[in-house]
This record gives sequence, C-alpha cells and structure tokens, in this order.
Amino acid sequence: MSGLISLTLRIWRQRSPESPGAYASYRLERVSADLSLLEALDLLNEQLISAGERPVGFEHDCREGICGSCGFLVNGQAHGPQAATTVCQLYLRRFNDGDTLVLAPWQAKAFPPIQDLVVDRSALDRLIEAGGFCSVNTGNAPDANAILVGRDQAASAFETATCIGCGACVASCRNASASLFVAAKLAHLAQLPQGQPERAARAEAMQQQMGREGFGSCSSQLECEAVCPKQISADWISWMHGERRRAAGSGG
Amino acid sequence: MSCLPDPRLPTGPLATAWRRTRDGLPLISPLRKRQLRIVVVGSGLAGSAAAASLAEQGYQVQLVTFHDSPRRAHSVAAQGGINAAKNYANDGDSVERLFADTLKGGDFRAREAGCYRLAEISGAIIDQCVAQGVPFAREYGGTLANRNFGGSQVSRTFYARGQTGQQLLYGAYQALMRQVAAGRVELLTRREMLELVTLDGVARGVVCRNLLSGELETYTANAVVLASGGYTNVYYLSTNALKSNASAIWRAHLEGALFANPCFTQIHPTCIPSGDAYQSKLTLMSESLRNDGRVWLPLKAGDRRPPDQIPEAERDYFLERQYPSYGNMVPRDVASRRARELCDGGHGVGQGGRSVYLDFHDAIASQGSEIIETRYGNLFEMYQRITGVDPMAAPMRIYPAPHYTMGGLWVDYHLMSSIPGLFVLGEANFSEHGANRLGASALMQGLADGYFIAPATVTAWLAEQGATAIGPDDPAVREACLEAGQRAQGRIEALLAVAGTRPVDSFHRALGQLMLEHCGIIRSAAGLQAGLAAVAELEAQFQRDLRVPGGAHEPNGELEKALRLSDFFGLAQLMLRDALAREESCGAHFREEHQSSGGEAVRDDQHFAHIAAWEHRPGAAPIRHQEPLSFSLLQPSTRNYQ
Ligand SMILES: Cc1cc2nc3c(=O)[nH]c(=O)nc-3n(C[C@H](O)[C@H](O)[C@H](O)COP(=O)(O)OP(=O)(O)OC[C@H]3O[C@@H](n4cnc5c(N)ncnc54)[C@H](O)[C@@H]3O)c2cc1C
Ligand code: SF4
Ligand code: FES
Repeated sequence: MSGLISLTLRIWRQRSPESPGAYASYRLERVSADLSLLEALDLLNEQLISAGERPVGFEHDCREGICGSCGFLVNGQAHGPQAATTVCQLYLRRFNDGDTLVLAPWQAKAFPPIQDLVVDRSALDRLIEAGGFCSVNTGNAPDANAILVGRDQAASAFETATCIGCGACVASCRNASASLFVAAKLAHLAQLPQGQPERAARAEAMQQQMGREGFGSCSSQLECEAVCPKQISADWISWMHGERRRAAGSGG
Repeated sequence: MSCLPDPRLPTGPLATAWRRTRDGLPLISPLRKRQLRIVVVGSGLAGSAAAASLAEQGYQVQLVTFHDSPRRAHSVAAQGGINAAKNYANDGDSVERLFADTLKGGDFRAREAGCYRLAEISGAIIDQCVAQGVPFAREYGGTLANRNFGGSQVSRTFYARGQTGQQLLYGAYQALMRQVAAGRVELLTRREMLELVTLDGVARGVVCRNLLSGELETYTANAVVLASGGYTNVYYLSTNALKSNASAIWRAHLEGALFANPCFTQIHPTCIPSGDAYQSKLTLMSESLRNDGRVWLPLKAGDRRPPDQIPEAERDYFLERQYPSYGNMVPRDVASRRARELCDGGHGVGQGGRSVYLDFHDAIASQGSEIIETRYGNLFEMYQRITGVDPMAAPMRIYPAPHYTMGGLWVDYHLMSSIPGLFVLGEANFSEHGANRLGASALMQGLADGYFIAPATVTAWLAEQGATAIGPDDPAVREACLEAGQRAQGRIEALLAVAGTRPVDSFHRALGQLMLEHCGIIRSAAGLQAGLAAVAELEAQFQRDLRVPGGAHEPNGELEKALRLSDFFGLAQLMLRDALAREESCGAHFREEHQSSGGEAVRDDQHFAHIAAWEHRPGAAPIRHQEPLSFSLLQPSTRNYQ
C-alpha cells in the first residue's frame, strides 16, 4: 500500500469560547499513509493523552461522509484539498511526506466557537425550523403513488436534498452566507408537488431567518459550490433569489 | 422484579390483531394531553418520528440527543433501502409475504404478531415519508420505483439512490423541527443520558450530562421513550458511527429493564477490511455489489501472488462452489462464515490474511466497463478513496464486519419495557428481527415504532395511569432524581480519579478484539468462557489504568468515551453469557458445536424456540428468563441455500 508519511500539524487550540486561541505545532512521524486525517488526529490525541496534555477537540461521528459532523479548514480550504470530500474521507496519501497542514475551525459569526476545531452550528437547525419542512401530520398521508413525480424531477430534488448540513459553504464564504444551504432545502421541497402549498411562505421565512442568525448575503463568489462535499450547484442560489421575487409577487 | 412480565400478545387472527388492539386502547382528551410530559432519548428515525408524532398529538415533548443536531443521528448512514408491502411492482407481494420473509429471515426467533404488524404498517410508512417530501426514486411515469434486496423474491425495497436512511431521517427531522417551531418539542442537543430515574419501579425521567458545560441535568416526565440505537460498537471496529453506544439501554437495564437476546449481532459480509492499527471504522459496501462481483480466494493456502497473477484454475470461487443455486447471493450470515473459515485456514488475502476478493473482472468483460461503472460508480469511488485501489482495475478486498444488533431491551407488544412507563423503539429494542435481520427492514421497524406504534401505546399507558398518578413534579420524584444524579456523579468522579496511563481507545480496541474473537461470526463454549474471563480482566485493568485528561465541567470527549466504554464492558459480558447459554446455531449466532456434517447451522427448536430475557442483579449473576415463541401461520423450517 502507500507506505509511511511524516507531517507537521499546526492546529488551532482554544480551550473554551472565552479563552484566547493560538496555533500549536505537532509532529506525526512515519505514520501509515492509509490513515484518514481524522484517524491521524486520533493518533495524535493518544500521544497527547499519554504525555499528559489535553487532546484536540474535533467533531466526527459516521466517518463515511454522510452525517455532516466533521469539518474544519485544512490549509484554508474547507474539508481540505480533495473535491467533493468531507474531511473524514480525506486520507493521508493525498499529502506529501514532510507537508505542514494548518487545521482551523470554521469561521463565521453565526458559528460561535466551542473548543479547538469545534463550533456551534445550531443556527442551521433554526433555519430548518423557520420553514424547511412540509406541514403534514403523521397518519394523514394519501397513498404514495397518488402523488406522481417525474423521474428527472425526483432525481433533481434528490440532488438538492443531499445537503448534509456541514456548514462548509458558510465557512468558505467571505460573507459567511448560508445561501447554498437554504437554497438547497428550498429547491428540494419546491421541486416536489408536496412542497407547493407552503412554497412562497417557506422561501420568505427561511431567508429572513438567515439574516436574524447573522449569516451574510451572497455576493456570487461561488466558493460555497467549490467546497460543498455534496457538489450542490450554486445555480440554486440564483434560483432562490427568483423564488423570493416570486413570493413577493404572490403576496408572500 | 423476578419474572418475565406479560408480553401482552394479541389473541385471535393475526391479520386483524393490531387493528383490534389499537381500537381497544384507551384515549386521552386533547386538553389533558397538553399537561403530560414525555422525554424521548435519541433523534434517529425512531426517536425523531416518535417525538414529532407525539407532539402533533398535543403532548409536551423533550427530545434529548448527544448530537449537535438531530440530523446527524446514525440512521443517516443507511444505504440500501426500506421495505414495504405495497405490491407496486405487481409481482405478487402482500402483507403475508413480507411477514413470512421477515419471520423466516430471522430464523424463527422473533414474535409472529410483531412481524405481522410490521408488515402491515409498512405501506403507511412510505405514504408518510412521501408526503413529507422524501425524494424516493421514481419511474418515468412518476410512480415509485422498487428494487430487489437479499432474502426475498419480490421487488419491495424503496430507495433514494444509496442514501435512503439520510432522506428518511431528514423527513423525520423536518417533521420534528416543525414541532420545535410550534413550541411543542423542546430540543435538547449535546446532552447524553447517563441514568434512568425510576420511582417504585416506574420510569419517571432521565439524568443527562450537558456535553458543553458538564452539568448534570434531570428531565422528569410522565413517560420515557428510549430510541438510542444499536450497540455494535462493542466490537470497536464496525459499520456504526463512532459514537453509537449502549449507555442509555444499559443504564435502564441496570435499573430493572430486561435485556433480550444480546448475542444476536449481525455481521455484514461486504465491508472494507481493517488495515492499520489506528483504523477507526469499517465502511459498508452495499450488498448489491454481489450481484455482479464474484467472491474468491487462492486455492492454495498462503499464496501471496497478486490477484492478476493467479490463474483461473488456482482460484476458489468458494460461494459458487458451496452453494450452486444461490452462489454469491447467499444470506449475510452464511457468506460471512464461509469467508472467515477460509481466512482462518490461511487462504485469506491482504493485511493479516483477513480479506477475500470481490472481483468485477468477469462482469466488466461481459457487460462492458461503462455499465458496471454506472451501476456501482459511487461505491467504487468510496472504495478507492478509502483504500487507494481502483476496483475497475483490481478486485476489491472485503471482509465481514459487525453491523447491526438484533438484541436490545425486551419490550412487550406495546413496546413497553419491563419497567412500566419506559418505552423502547428502533434498534434499541430487541423486537422483530429474530436472530438475523433481513436487509431493508431496520429502517422500516424504526419508523413503524416511531410514527405509528408508540403514539398509540404510550397514550394508552398514560391513560391507564389516570389523573391521580404521581406527576413528574412530585417531591418523591425529585428525590429519585437526586439519587440518580448522584449515581451519575459518582461514576464520573470514579473515572476521572483513576489517573492511570492508558487512553480509553486503547481499551476499546482491546475489548473489540476479544469480542470479535470470542463472540463474532463463530462461537464455541470454550471460546465464550475464555472471553468472559478475558473481558473481566480487561475491565479490571480499565478500572486501574485508565487515563482521562481534563475535567468534568468542560467539553470532554475522553470522558464521554470512558463512560460509554464502562457500559460496554457490562454489556460485553452479558453478550458472552447469552451466546454461551444458547446451545444452538441460529441466524447470526453460530455455535461450532451445533453444525451439520456439511458445516451448516443446526437450530434446536425443541429447546430454544424462545426469547432469552436477562435480568440484572446487583453483585450477582444475571438471571435468564425465557419467553416461549409459538407460531400459527407459519411453521419453523430449515434454511437451505444449496
Ligand atoms: C452503514 C449502515 C447501513 C445501513 N443500511 C440499512 C438499510 O439499507 N436498510 C435498513 O433497513 N437498515 C439499514 N441499516 C440499519 C439502520 O440504519 C439502523 O438500524 C437504524 O437507522 C437505527 O435507527 P434508530 O432510530 O433506532 O437509532 P439511531 O439512528 O442510531 O439513533 C440513535 C439516537 O440516539 C441518540 N443517543 C444514543 N445514546 C444516547 C444517550 N445516551 N443520550 C442521548 N442520546 C443518545 C443518538 O444521538 C441518536 O440520535 C444500516 C446501518 C448501517 C450502520
Ligand atoms: S450546501 Fe454543501 S457545504 Fe453547505 S452545508 Fe450543505 S453539504 Fe455542506
Ligand atoms: S464524520 Fe460524518 S461526515 Fe464526516
């Protein structure tokens, strides 16, 4: 397989939201290049614990790119250098022996720091709470085939529905905008018949909530699209702006 | 508690049993519902669905989850699909057929009435999810598409590409967030349940640790619903998310809830094998790959040549050889066992000889690389990302991995545990899957429990309590909370006080090794006994030599892991005991002593057609209770894949 690799990790260390943060450097000597970056952090943490130091805090759970827990900046890039890949699926063989990797937490006003590489992304849940759903109570549904959805339309709705809520789009945007996240949810539901009754109100409410949470507005830099691990297209943001005009036209 | 409570199974014809039961359940007026509080632990499919549905009915619901968002619950990772008896494919499917496949698939170690109800509810689940906007795959004409999955002869699996669990979870999560917005659900994220509060044997609330501040918080309620998922991580390396654990159900077990069939753990045959010592995860490769991939190993033990240098005549396509009619599509337990046997015999390839080839060479040659690439493109990409090897050019290497736990807290037909007022849903309970879960049936069970069964049965239990029952704010309840809080506090302090030298993960890796070796794909009396001694010894070392840095009153991931692992030690020992007591081979539980001359599982219906439900006794060996299983519609038959 790919052999051994040595790396320098410069990691943002911050014990608590109130305490000051700073970078600290660590060396990983001759570790397997088949490890994922998060496994390398596990290894580093075991070394830190054995040396009596506080391990590095980072978020993770599924480690297969689907739960959206993990995520930080690697050399300034959200989720690191590999396209369409969450940081838990980034393997050391992507790097060169002797490289230095700078690991920093997501930075956005709406994502307050918690510890080291961990930030609070609950603002994304509040965006969904503002209207990112179909109002249907359990047990009221008609037979599933009573609602026809064309194959391509269903596939397109699926593409936008795959957003994992990782927040990379926000962290890589110079305005810290959540436009890609919101556009993805609006597009998912607006492409389906089930989403129509609340379409205008949803578009209005979710976009207003974005402002209340402190997310910035979109200035079409397209960085969000470049880092999105689920490759959600920024075209949906222009589409979303259209939705707002459409909502205004229909009186909300 | 010293005996098995009544499982409250319905009598009379199965086909109308659930309807009759439901129609006979007492109701509560909407006005009174508003005064009743329910705590739900877990925000996966089962927990989110239950919390949303109960809140819609008017209850005050609090949902506790250790994730930062409900959307991250492990259900999000399910790939393949969800079954339902809709007969949309017009291939003769029916509730009776889904019922029969479920019961047979579980090797007749599940309750008939539960399996029937699951099949019956399955259609309404799909309706509910579609109404929420779940973008299932569709046919050109706009109707829902179905595919075939292992263990059935009809196409009844609904799917959303390889991300069905994700889309179903987002549907339930969105329904939940709608109730949060309406003020009917209080969402308590980054909280881990550490203790169950009981008073006079009745569930009254939970104690949680706030994972940011470290504060212990108690939430009292009129009923508690646990939907905290499975415990496969007892094996350390598994297909589960790293934080999946047994703490919530284990703590309830120690408070008196019976634990059923703990040894029934499914090993999935097609996962990316383990490599480096620091590997943290085994990633599932969908079973569908075996439709085109051929499984083989070198004929000669110890053959270290690269696969392309091993000629056809020196390859052993062992599943095709041993099971001519099913070939590579034999069920999960059989495929897993055969792979392990050959690897044990020195034929295995890759690191430590712990994998087999899954080869697409013939399929590429006969169907063309384009077809194979479109069919499996995303899985191939995932494999390549993790291993660095392109499966179009060289065969994949796969190996069985712990995947799903059929055991869990014992529940009756109403999904209530042996602790009154404590309901258990989804993978956390032991129900419907018997000894061997069929593909695409766990999602179905979690949602049936959450959307449809618990809302009816929790209401019935609350109604039976009447208005005079002790409320969550009663002083005696407060006293019980205090006691439970002290138990949690004591455990945290004890772990921090050990101040040894070894980090939690090193103990967890060692526990996983022991469990894989002694309670994995193949078990034997001698191995299980050795396992019991070794796990007890490892637990003693853990208590002597653990090092948890940091304090209790800050975010402390190591403390979280240590609390979980201390619970896994207890559970591991119960699994070993359960496997030892079950002197038969059935489903995922294969005892070396109980096999035919051809190496197939030999089930013992005369002595083991029962659910084993374990009772915890402080300071003494647990007691094994038996709930007999009887079958009316379908009689136990032997599984045969040759
Ligand atoms: C890789 C993979 C693929 C799968 N594919 C399929 C498939 O195709 N089809 C199928 O039917 N099944 C599949 N399964 C199985 C299925 O996904 C699970 O059985 C099911 O999703 C479990 O749902 P759940 O709601 O019971 O638990 P989970 O989704 O695991 O949720 C548990 C919840 O409990 C919370 N929790 C746990 N403990 C505590 C605690 N102490 N305090 C607070 N919160 C706690 C967690 O935060 C989480 O929110 C798959 C499983 C895996 C691992
Ligand atoms: S849009 Fe993409 S980058 Fe943004 S949260 Fe969703 S998955 Fe992450
Ligand atoms: S850990 Fe789940 S997406 Fe990375």
